[in-house]
Amino acid sequence: MSTTETTGTSEPTDDVALFDVDHPAPVIEPPRARTAKTPKSTRGNFEMYGWLFMRLSGIVLVVLVLGHLLIQLVLDGGVSKVGFAFVAGRWASPFWQVWDLAMLWLAMLHGANGLRTVINDYAERDNTRFWLKWLLYAATVFTVLLGTLVIFTFDPNIR
Amino acid sequence: MPAGTLYRGREGMWSWVAHRVTGVLIFFFLFVHVLDTALVRVSPEAYDDTVAIYKTPLVNLMEYGLVAAILFHALNGLRVIAVDFWSKGAKYQKQMLWTVMGVWIVLMAGAFYPVLQHTLRTLFGS
Repeated sequence: MSTTETTGTSEPTDDVALFDVDHPAPVIEPPRARTAKTPKSTRGNFEMYGWLFMRLSGIVLVVLVLGHLLIQLVLDGGVSKVGFAFVAGRWASPFWQVWDLAMLWLAMLHGANGLRTVINDYAERDNTRFWLKWLLYAATVFTVLLGTLVIFTFDPNIR
Repeated sequence: MPAGTLYRGREGMWSWVAHRVTGVLIFFFLFVHVLDTALVRVSPEAYDDTVAIYKTPLVNLMEYGLVAAILFHALNGLRVIAVDFWSKGAKYQKQMLWTVMGVWIVLMAGAFYPVLQHTLRTLFGS
């Protein structure tokens, strides 16, 4: 094996001008460049919208939930006055129906997305993650639909 | 334990942990709370009997804990929004956490009697 290699097909070195104006370097296509064959979109911005939703819904929920706590647990005797008659009195007003409906939907979606993140972080096996999220989504859909049904079909004269 | 290998993120990490724990607890309560409220569609008696559980001393105390969790999650959530959207948010995240804790303590002190008055009146007379 020779120790002095000065000729032959050795790698081009920096001080040799291989390309100039008349001999431009060949253009190499970037490995991940979009071409005519690339699908329009490989994935959406779901996680970004989820991140944004947590912040926007969070701000609204601060008002809705703290107002709810103030009415239910702080003002007018705390939890003492809560009962069927109290609920009937509040849901007689469309304002509080809309308030509770918005709170239900935003809080459930905010909480479900939060728990989705927690499951993704800690459930390492694919199967575990899949089933935990399936359970989460089932419970979320059930709870949102049940709560919505209750608000819209509430009957103060049920008995 | 080898020195310097344990990650301890101080205020930033512990507020993140507390935000997670309170968030999960609140979500589980919300699930139960929608179910108990749905009893208004069964009968006034079914609803009132269940709400009576919320008026027992132990559960009343848990309501104070729920208020504690929600207040922290709400205030720290506003801090997270400030860290994300305010140009100086990351720089002042520690000061904002101590502000959150200060406001939290004041609100918890203010909520003590109103939230627990049902139990206090039951246990210690009018």
